[in-house]
Amino acid sequence: MAMDNVWVFAEAADGQVKTITLEMLAKAREIADEVSCFFAGDGDDVAEILGEHGASTVFATGDLDNALVGPPVAAALAAKIEADGAPDLIMFGTTYDGRDVAGRLSAKLGAPVITNVVDLVVDGDAVAGVEPVFGGTTNVTTRFTGDAVKIVLIRPKSFAAEPAGGSAADVEDLDVPDLGNTGTATVTARLVEETSGPKLEEAAIVVSGGRGLGEASKYEMVERLAKLLKAAPGASRAIVDAGWVPYSYQVGQTGKVVKPTVYVACGISGATQHMVGMKGAKYIIAINKDKEAPIFSIADLGIVGDVHKVMPKLIEALEGR
Amino acid sequence: MMRLAQHNSGMHVVVCVKQIPDPAEPGSLDPATKTLKRTGNIILDESDSYGVEMALQLVTNAGGGTVSLVSMAPGGETKGLRTALAMGASDAILVSDPALSGTDALGTAKVLAAAIARKSPDLVLTATESSDGYTGTVPSQIAELMGLPSVTFAKSIEIDGSSVNVRRQTESGYEEVTCPLPAVVSVTAGVVEPRYPSFKGIMAAKSKPVEVLTVADLGLSASDVGWAGGGQEIVEIAAAEAREAGRVVEDEGEGFAEIVTFLENLKVI
Ligand SMILES: Cc1cc2nc3c(=O)[nH]c(=O)nc-3n(C[C@H](O)[C@H](O)[C@H](O)COP(=O)(O)OP(=O)(O)OC[C@H]3O[C@@H](n4cnc5c(N)ncnc54)[C@H](O)[C@@H]3O)c2cc1C
Ligand SMILES: Nc1ncnc2c1ncn2[C@@H]1O[C@H](COP(=O)(O)O)[C@@H](O)[C@H]1O
Repeated sequence: MAMDNVWVFAEAADGQVKTITLEMLAKAREIADEVSCFFAGDGDDVAEILGEHGASTVFATGDLDNALVGPPVAAALAAKIEADGAPDLIMFGTTYDGRDVAGRLSAKLGAPVITNVVDLVVDGDAVAGVEPVFGGTTNVTTRFTGDAVKIVLIRPKSFAAEPAGGSAADVEDLDVPDLGNTGTATVTARLVEETSGPKLEEAAIVVSGGRGLGEASKYEMVERLAKLLKAAPGASRAIVDAGWVPYSYQVGQTGKVVKPTVYVACGISGATQHMVGMKGAKYIIAINKDKEAPIFSIADLGIVGDVHKVMPKLIEALEGR
Repeated sequence: MMRLAQHNSGMHVVVCVKQIPDPAEPGSLDPATKTLKRTGNIILDESDSYGVEMALQLVTNAGGGTVSLVSMAPGGETKGLRTALAMGASDAILVSDPALSGTDALGTAKVLAAAIARKSPDLVLTATESSDGYTGTVPSQIAELMGLPSVTFAKSIEIDGSSVNVRRQTESGYEEVTCPLPAVVSVTAGVVEPRYPSFKGIMAAKSKPVEVLTVADLGLSASDVGWAGGGQEIVEIAAAEAREAGRVVEDEGEGFAEIVTFLENLKVI
């Protein structure tokens, strides 16, 4: 029933393994007898936590000298597969680097990629990915055919991360072959845009603002409300593109996927691309002056009203508590 | 491997532009072919209008050159290409072939890579992801197939001699990346403000060259593309569990109190 072995692309930021990696490990453990990770960096930094979440081995490239990770990791994996054979499935998170490595590996191996996967269906040797389309109203299940290596890109928050209590993963070197011209893109600086309060992906409450706020300075209402609720502030793409807030605030298909207990949408219409990023919230509250706004079709509590009237009163009421 | 183009002068950019069903019209899947129905109005994917604008600006800053478009569409569609030509692109290659129906991301990348190679550009631009397919893998697949370096998720691009400097979006901010040309760069929305085609531009676009090629013209075989080349098949299309709409109340001054009560009941305040 289960697969023999699955490989998972492990990613870390600021010395911490990303949640998406741990989410994938939870699923990988469920569908395969043996789970290994591959990692762009020093394997010893991550062996313990990856082991605790079910990986038996981590193949690590070591320091990549500021190269973008797509070409070296894809080339190293292709070489390993050539030498030692392929696993039954390779899982990547839908992240910046995950897509880069998956794309390059797919081209190298002539292997198909099933993308935007939120669930995996394994039946004997057959593997299928479930992908939500049309703003999550329809699920399309796609199965791999043929003998090529199977690659999937998993959307964040599709599975619940949970430690399995394993010991540290064995670290094995993953040799990077000569990349020629493909490996010449180099990172010269890394910049972090400061955000305050809890992280968007992890907060129990998210308060997001959209174009309905009217102007950039009014985003302050979202920040104040978020602070009062110990929530993370988020945004629709409309106001990220308009430059009101940094991209790291964006919720949706091209932004972050959030699954908080409560999501408060202020002046957001509820475009399908926004909804795929937040409809997993347990409760949704929406404030919008247009009673036909699509966001109301998924809101547990909808307030048809002006954000400039409702939000200040809400802030005042919460401040008074 | 591709070499820096030996053009006469200036900067030569190829922009991949996808022509998609208008997202304003509700999409649906054709149950027979299990592909997105392409019956309605086909337009330039808005995501690609940023690449077109970026390319036009880079060429202007370089003091001259060309912006060529490459698009793959199974049914010979050109409307989206005309929009991009009206913005100021010089010419286009359209790869169109009934054999392309059902082509997956890798097949698409094979077709686009072969078409792009005919132009020997200094720089290839794509969007980070298309609005209808959003696999987000085509840019790095193209780069790998062409033996080129790539930088994805560009929020700004600057040409510096024979290199491109990119601010690449990350989860927590951005990184500065430098990369020798030729290269593939995928651009995010909002990287530049796409211009509206002028009347003059629209008129001029009508006579700009659009070369229409088949899969065979590109030296690819039908087994590289379409359903045959895909290595995947759709086995089920099902309605997702719907979220029920809850209570909707008109704010008559007390809307905020509804929210306070709701949060109280959840014990989050
Ligand atoms: C490929 C692609 C990917 C995308 N990815 C994302 C993504 O990741 N995330 C995302 O958010 N979007 C994404 N989008 C964009 C998406 O389609 C919408 O354009 C965007 O979500 C709209 O943002 P908005 O709701 O803030 O603005 P609008 O759609 O303009 O809505 C503003 C809302 O505010 C209401 N309003 C106006 N004034 C007031 C007031 N005074 N009080 C109360 N309400 C008011 C209006 O009734 C309206 O409903 C993507 C689009 C594409 C094509
Ligand atoms: N059929 C196509 N024709 C032209 N460009 C395409 C096509 N498909 C994908 N692209 C380019 O590749 C980008 C990423 O597409 P995708 O991987 O499908 O999300 C798109 O935004 C386009 O720039």
